[in-house]
Amino acid sequence: MTAPPLHLNGTAVVDTFAEAFAMWGARVIITADTQDWARAAAQSMTGFATSIIGCKCEAGIEAELPASGTPDGRPGVSVLLFSMSAEGVGKRLLERVGQCVMTCPSTACYNGLAAEETVVVGGQLRYFGDRYQMSKLIAGRRLWRVPVMDGEFVVDERFGIQPAVGGGNILILGRDQAGTLRAAEAAIAAMRGTPGAIFPFPGGVVRSGSKPKSRYSFLFASTNDAYCPTLRTVAADSQLPEGVGSVLEIVIDGLDLAAVETAMRRGMHAAAGAGAVQISAGNYGGGLGQYHIALRPLLEPAVAAT
Amino acid sequence: MMLDLTLHTAPAVPLEVDVLTPARLTGLTAQETARLTVVHGNQSAELGEFFKVAGTWGGEMHLTGDLARVKLIGTGMAEGRIVVHGSAGMHLGAGMSGGEIVVEGDAGDWVGPEMTGGRIVVRGNVGHMLGAAYRGGRVGMRGGEILVFGNAGNEAGSGMRRGLVAIAGESGDFTGVNQLAGTIVVFGQLGWRTGAGMRRGTIVSMRPAEMLPTFSFACTYRPVILRLYLPYLRSLGLPVTDAQVEGCYQRWCGDAIELNRGEILLLEAGGPA
Repeated sequence: MTAPPLHLNGTAVVDTFAEAFAMWGARVIITADTQDWARAAAQSMTGFATSIIGCKCEAGIEAELPASGTPDGRPGVSVLLFSMSAEGVGKRLLERVGQCVMTCPSTACYNGLAAEETVVVGGQLRYFGDRYQMSKLIAGRRLWRVPVMDGEFVVDERFGIQPAVGGGNILILGRDQAGTLRAAEAAIAAMRGTPGAIFPFPGGVVRSGSKPKSRYSFLFASTNDAYCPTLRTVAADSQLPEGVGSVLEIVIDGLDLAAVETAMRRGMHAAAGAGAVQISAGNYGGGLGQYHIALRPLLEPAVAAT
Repeated sequence: MMLDLTLHTAPAVPLEVDVLTPARLTGLTAQETARLTVVHGNQSAELGEFFKVAGTWGGEMHLTGDLARVKLIGTGMAEGRIVVHGSAGMHLGAGMSGGEIVVEGDAGDWVGPEMTGGRIVVRGNVGHMLGAAYRGGRVGMRGGEILVFGNAGNEAGSGMRRGLVAIAGESGDFTGVNQLAGTIVVFGQLGWRTGAGMRRGTIVSMRPAEMLPTFSFACTYRPVILRLYLPYLRSLGLPVTDAQVEGCYQRWCGDAIELNRGEILLLEAGGPA
């Protein structure tokens, strides 16, 4: 049963919680001769990584890094990648660093997470070098130099992984599609730059929120009919208040719970200030996810993006 | 607590002090340390006959005086820190596996031969066979780091298998001879026959050098790996310039009489292209 709504700058906030899941995460630092090429590799690596449901991992760009903030002094991009298991993160990193970063001109790829647990990435990709590869140990860190057609691809042998939190979310309910999108854009702009958090859907926003299960036996997730405006009168349990004609969701994956909460707080405040009618969060009754992130404590003032 | 050894009687012939390692010094009083047996020429002697001993080993030892005839300082050490305020003799840190040795002056031949870990820093010059394999052995240094702020003699990195050798000044002939892997960075002029017989590994030079005919020119490029190595060396105090970090390097492959998987990287004159 849903509690009476709270208010944030005139926007109703449902006293509910976002149900998030335990995942495993990694941080990848991609550098290149120019910011454009580092970004190209990062965009490729984070493509088709919106939802664990269909993509085997969730990934996104955490931040663009100045040359002074990268291991090799070149411009870079920080990417976060999440999967449901440590092994899964390792497999996805191997695939995506190999296919999307090593292939991109002038790039290098470094571990960005100091963690006890690691997975082998460069130590596997080295075999592409066909025995011409070389390894170097610098201050206890082993790197591989794989010869490629524009020079060498340098990659860390191992990448750190750590327990993480996936599937944090906020739902932004608005009067119409355009107004709701403006509120979502304001929210995602405020949320970007949160250290340790990414927003894996296109532009950070998802319109096709899902619920677990389906009327079809071969599907384990289906459209979130409770928030579909076209189904207001036919869905069994529509959650749309009067006057709401569009809903957008922002999903947050973070290296820890604090990162997810910080991003949600920033997003809620920004969406409220941009005309959202109501803010809520997606959950499954609390029976699936290990983390229940209540919205009420997040109504405190947002911390400025760093 | 720190252990201080001050040379009060210069040895007339080489003095071997392989007892001056953390493993031997732990738990000894100053008096017990002074009674440790050392070898003076072909005679046994007590350490206290040459050094005034103060304090006890607590992870760090300072040796003061001209120790150019004092050999085997830090041999086989695995932890702790030794600082030599002066010069050190031959076989400094031989076979060490951990810890750090700092020499404020010069060091003799055979610095860090066959070491497997740790770090040796020499502020002055070093003799021949830096980080090398002993005669009759094939494998020299197998890990760790040696930083020389002055010049090095011949055969630096001979038979080197792993690790890092950085020489701020010049390096003598046969640098990296029979090198198996690892990295040697020389900021000054290289001597003759660099990399002779090397199988794998990297030799970097910031000066032009004459290559053996068994080395072949591959290309000129900007090695990303040097953008990691050189700032690291700069962080350790070596005189690395931005032009060296960002510069173009000639890559020479060799030695063709061996596996031909080694490389010599020579900074192109004129700085970054």
